[in-house]
Amino acid sequence: MARHHVTATVNGDAVEFLCETQQTLLEVLRDELRLTGTKEGCGTGDCGACTVTVDGRLVCSCLVLGVEAEGKSIQTIEGMATGKDLHPLQRKFLEHAALQCGICTPGILIAARSLLERNPDPTEEEVRFWLAGNLCRCTGYHKVVEAVLDAARELRGA
Amino acid sequence: MTVSTMIKYEQKELKVVGTRPLRPDGVDKVTGRARYAADYNMPGQLIGKVLRSPHAHARIKSIDTSAAEALPGVKAVVTREDFPDMAVEYAAAGELTINFRDVTRNMMAREKVLYDGHPAAAVAATSESIARKALKLIKIDYEVLPHVIDVVEAMRPDAPLLHEEQYTEGVTPKPDRPSNVAKRMVFARGDVEAGFKQADVIVEREFNTKPVHQGYIEPQACLASYTEDGQAELWTSTQGHFVFRAQCAKVLQMDVSKIRVTPTEIGGGFGGKNNIYNEPLAIALSRKSHRPVKMVMTREEVFRATGPTSGANVKIKMGCTRDGRIAAAQAELNFQAGAFPGSSVPMASMCTFTRYDLANVRVVGNDVTVNRPKVAAYRAPGAPIAVFGVESVVDEMAKKLGIDPIEFRLRNAAREGTQTYYGPKFGPIGFIETLEQARAHPHYSAPLGPNQGRGIATGFWFNIGNETSAALNVNEDGTVTLMLGTVDVAGGSRAAMAMMVAEELGIDVDKVRPIIGDTSSLGFNFITAGSRGTFASGMATVVAARQAIEKMRQRVAKIREVPVEEVVWKNGQAQPVEDGTRQFAPMSLAEIAKVAGKTGGSIAGHAEINAQGAGPGFGTHIVDVEVDKQTGLVKIVRYTIVQDVGKAIHPAYVEGQLQGGAAQGIGWALNEEYVYGADGLLQNPGFLDYRVPVASDLPFIDTVIVEVPNPNHPYGVRGCGEVPIIAPMAAIANAIESAIGIRLFEQPMSPPRVLKAIEAEEARRGA
Repeated sequence: MARHHVTATVNGDAVEFLCETQQTLLEVLRDELRLTGTKEGCGTGDCGACTVTVDGRLVCSCLVLGVEAEGKSIQTIEGMATGKDLHPLQRKFLEHAALQCGICTPGILIAARSLLERNPDPTEEEVRFWLAGNLCRCTGYHKVVEAVLDAARELRGA
Repeated sequence: MTVSTMIKYEQKELKVVGTRPLRPDGVDKVTGRARYAADYNMPGQLIGKVLRSPHAHARIKSIDTSAAEALPGVKAVVTREDFPDMAVEYAAAGELTINFRDVTRNMMAREKVLYDGHPAAAVAATSESIARKALKLIKIDYEVLPHVIDVVEAMRPDAPLLHEEQYTEGVTPKPDRPSNVAKRMVFARGDVEAGFKQADVIVEREFNTKPVHQGYIEPQACLASYTEDGQAELWTSTQGHFVFRAQCAKVLQMDVSKIRVTPTEIGGGFGGKNNIYNEPLAIALSRKSHRPVKMVMTREEVFRATGPTSGANVKIKMGCTRDGRIAAAQAELNFQAGAFPGSSVPMASMCTFTRYDLANVRVVGNDVTVNRPKVAAYRAPGAPIAVFGVESVVDEMAKKLGIDPIEFRLRNAAREGTQTYYGPKFGPIGFIETLEQARAHPHYSAPLGPNQGRGIATGFWFNIGNETSAALNVNEDGTVTLMLGTVDVAGGSRAAMAMMVAEELGIDVDKVRPIIGDTSSLGFNFITAGSRGTFASGMATVVAARQAIEKMRQRVAKIREVPVEEVVWKNGQAQPVEDGTRQFAPMSLAEIAKVAGKTGGSIAGHAEINAQGAGPGFGTHIVDVEVDKQTGLVKIVRYTIVQDVGKAIHPAYVEGQLQGGAAQGIGWALNEEYVYGADGLLQNPGFLDYRVPVASDLPFIDTVIVEVPNPNHPYGVRGCGEVPIIAPMAAIANAIESAIGIRLFEQPMSPPRVLKAIEAEEARRGA
């Protein structure tokens, strides 16, 4: 089967890959680019574990084809920390014990960053509805919501 | 005879235990580095896929794999022919008992397929797309048989039979015809008939629940490599790698020593990753293809063929005297086991009324095979189902008697010295403390809004110990590596163990690095189940640490040339005993470590124990709901959990267990269910139609940690993971009744079902 040549930017780095027509962006990230921080929980866009941004837009990478990444800028969990400095959201998730098994954590962190970029001062309800597309089976979301609100406070300098 | 280890509770001042350090697995998990099973790859690996039954019940007349084997890129195909048949032999796997005759049939159908999704063949190919094409080329000739999926229907004498040779165990005389009831069990104490005669008020109700799935976000995944010298390596997402090794060795007829299982980071389990599914298939495909084989389940496969917990039919009868004392209690629990016997009905039976001090009690449990996936353990297996019934009846009883629901429970509560109906007499337990603290909590007296109601319910879980090992190495720079054999199923047990080591040794917790060892690195460990992790592995950790301390005392005695009795371990160093006869310069752990190599070799501590003396756990939940009478939607407005955990080693992770368990219970109560069509096929094998709670469904969940120490653990640990899922279903049903005056007897209490109940009640009132 002929494979497509795609060029894109992932976490600021120029990348090239070959992919089959039906391969999803999630499969390309994990299997071709070996960026396994993005997780597959369902493959049908229902759990949010594969959440990434494409040109700043929050998407389930299992619902995007690899070929659609052509010319796009993709952000994954591997690009969230800057050098040795964790993103405030990452730090607050640790401090608030907002993760247990951690399989949903990369997707939730990407989604939460996207929220805070648009809305630096969200209410509890806004956080809960924004994250409603990201399933977590361990935490009951309590500490996740607390961590996001606390990170928002820190990022605002409040 | 079982020789076991218990260490008595020691009340002492604590420096590390009870604090909240960051988890050692945290940074990897927030940066995407943590390696879960699907993240492992090997050079030359093939992709394995499973062909699953499209029928609920059918006899396999023939399987033709020749076209699949001829497809370029296909390297191996396995069917029932590739696995030996197994005799009836029982083994423990987590909280449920398995039978190898059934294990080998569940991983690969033999005579019949018994449920939609039952594996019938597996292939390994050079790519996933080729593997999928190969599945379509396998021809199976099925003779479709009548099926049964409802537990009450399955118990009828004329129901389609799953197992023609299955006669109900536990019934005398032995029945003369086979039945879907695999086993009947009775737990009883006193005389229930006499008790009901003494009762002034009797409430008798029937409840029905649907199967729900553990719903871990990481689908099962594994990678197996079988080499020509007969050795196999396996990386897999499991709650118990030693048990997986034992099961794979058995069904593949390999020596235990020839299989090395490495547990990967696990993306949730909750009891659902106690059992092998693809693991032996991957090893067999690797053996046949001479290549590593990776198998990752799809979410649809997870729903159709793994887990879930039982759906059930539950009948509860309770009699009380006017003063609010339970005079007699009786239950019948009919549990779906799925395609093979072995549901959680034994545990459910033992948990049904155990929160109460009862003179006359009788519980009958039936384990019933139906054409559904074989059930697996799910967090406090079975208990939420039985307790949904009992705590609903208790609520109704308290109302009938005009007694506050917490007061009613206090009048009947189990306490130290209470004789249970399933066996032991309780030692020190904290049930009454949870009830009293719930009653005193501001939540209990807060005003309610319109269409809102408040419900109370309670839960009990045994908690367990069992085989556990640990190894502790004192490194040359004064740090410590702790190797554990119980998988950290994400509750944070690695953190808790490191904290106990730091406390014992008197060093900073960040000097202790906990890791999970593979099956070739430690002695056997039972599965992480039954809330045993922090209790049992904690005890092994303390034993290992104390052995290392003993060796350090001896080493310092040698170095300082004093008798070992003159050396005591205190504040992280070996120093002279108080009132001793010899003075010498103390040596810290780091100083000892530095010279260890030259003074006799490195220092380590080991523990290989069977931990016993687990402390029972109790919890009381308060929930406020708001019911939308137009849509039937039930919204959780406020939720408070009060639970006795013995001792919270890391309180934040204990809170996380309580909140997460309650959230799963809320999903069970309100949304989750397996939906089957008349054709016996699962209609909602995905997260869109099987709806687990999302962030916007829940409020903050308040937690109150009660600490009544377990007398059989050095830090008083009981275990905490399972109790919190038990009460929510009943608490929510009670809250709905309080809000709208209608009691629901079926789970889930989803909008259509609540609306139907409201409309039926309106019709009844209008008529």
